[in-house]
Amino acid sequence: MNLSALQHYAFCPRQAGINLLEQTFGENTFVARGNQTHERVHAGGTEQRGEVRTLRALPLYSLRHGLAGVADVVELRPDGSLRPVEYKSGKARPRLADEVQLCAQALCLEEMFGAVIPEGAIYHAASRKRRDVAFTPELRQAVLDTRDGVRELLRAQVLPPPAADERCRFCSVYDECEPFAPRDTFPAGYDPFNTRWTP
Amino acid sequence: MRHLLNTLYVQTQGSYLSLKTDNIRIEVDGRPPQMVPLHHLEGLVVFGNVMLTPFLIHRLAREHKPVTWLTEHGRFMARTETPVSGNVLLRVAQHGCACDASRTLAVARFIAAGKLQNQKTTLLRSAREALNDDPELLREAARGINGQIGCLPLAQTVDEVRGIEGTAARLYWEVFPLMLRANRDFFWLTERTRRPARDAINATLNFVYTVLANECASAAQGVGLDPQVGFLHALRPGRSSLALDLMEELRAVVADRAIITLINRQQLTPRDFVLHEGNTVTIKDEARKLILAHLTERRKEEVTHPLTARKTPLGLVPHVQARLLAQHLRGDRAHYPPYLHR
Repeated sequence: MNLSALQHYAFCPRQAGINLLEQTFGENTFVARGNQTHERVHAGGTEQRGEVRTLRALPLYSLRHGLAGVADVVELRPDGSLRPVEYKSGKARPRLADEVQLCAQALCLEEMFGAVIPEGAIYHAASRKRRDVAFTPELRQAVLDTRDGVRELLRAQVLPPPAADERCRFCSVYDECEPFAPRDTFPAGYDPFNTRWTP
Repeated sequence: MRHLLNTLYVQTQGSYLSLKTDNIRIEVDGRPPQMVPLHHLEGLVVFGNVMLTPFLIHRLAREHKPVTWLTEHGRFMARTETPVSGNVLLRVAQHGCACDASRTLAVARFIAAGKLQNQKTTLLRSAREALNDDPELLREAARGINGQIGCLPLAQTVDEVRGIEGTAARLYWEVFPLMLRANRDFFWLTERTRRPARDAINATLNFVYTVLANECASAAQGVGLDPQVGFLHALRPGRSSLALDLMEELRAVVADRAIITLINRQQLTPRDFVLHEGNTVTIKDEARKLILAHLTERRKEEVTHPLTARKTPLGLVPHVQARLLAQHLRGDRAHYPPYLHR
């Protein structure tokens, strides 16, 4: 399972469903900005800065948890400790979905390197701020719960209902989702079988 | 977010199109080449003998901009299928619905309802502008179609739906010429004829319907639907039944309306047609260009979609409808809601 699916599912299960089940990936200003932010990161490569080695676009996997993906940046310190850093284009905004994604990267790194990773960071490009995220037992559990949610989504193959809240403002698949249009009934005044005669 | 971009139609025989950085370079024997920026384009439609370089075809494919090849006379030949289109779950759901008589009937009823409502709207709108006794006749036909809409919920089979649609079509085509206010003796329609068209109106209708059907097929493919598996239209090898289904709601308000406007403004006149021996008619190249230009303008016109309540360019309505149909087929929406024009 791809780590980005976890992020989408934690943000909104329906968005993950539209991506995974409908194979529809939308684009909006946020996505475009995100791609821009990731341009340098996704070029890959390593860089030595002082004592810290920076690995970019590092492929990740975890057989134990059934996860795979790519980390934006992993910082390798001389003492052998690892620290994943996830790039986000927006301002510093604590969002569980982003933290789940970051923590999932840590679970992969722990398995790949046989290490313990207590925390990572999210870099917010708009405010140029780093925010530390501690990998608490609760957050680790949230990762596994999210993974189980995606698995269930893929098994059931049914789109979850729309969130229809402030999240939709940022959503890249808004048009495909139609979160605020009625689904089981028609809106008032819309009736294909209407025969009222008002010429 | 989907944007409505232009479709480039190339009709000039012997044109040579190649990729030049981010532009299409168009050469027509010896004349200075024209450049069309790719980012303004949604797709490319070429008629007859037009050559494209492989690099151009690849670039268009990579950007999901389909190339449609038509014969010189506008008959569909081929379209490029670009990567990532297609959702196997959606296609399975579509085929499942097509194999289920009661679900097919429900979808067919809604499609027919949309078509009849929009025919009614078109007639009533023309009645407001018509002369002499015509408004009364147009209203009479609209009232008849309204009666047929009332019959739709009672239809028990798709054949009955088609019968109701046929009755409405007779009422509609009978008064169609009354919506025309110029060159009426020339543009007179006695019956619908296709392949070959036997009068100017039929030739024009056939041409505009071909263009619209291609747009509907693209819309179906764009959301991953199989354009051949339709509901109101019977399945027949080689026929894009679903594209024709999606087109039903738009025939009157997009295609017919465009033709009526062009004739009433006298932009389309008897001089634009070639009458052949044996009563067949074809449209001259210049007139086809004019019709395409008018349709392109019309595609940009914004309408408020009655279901989503959002402003939508008319050219995107087929895409919105294809998506709404996909939502119904995948169980996300209880009914298929047709587009009702206001």
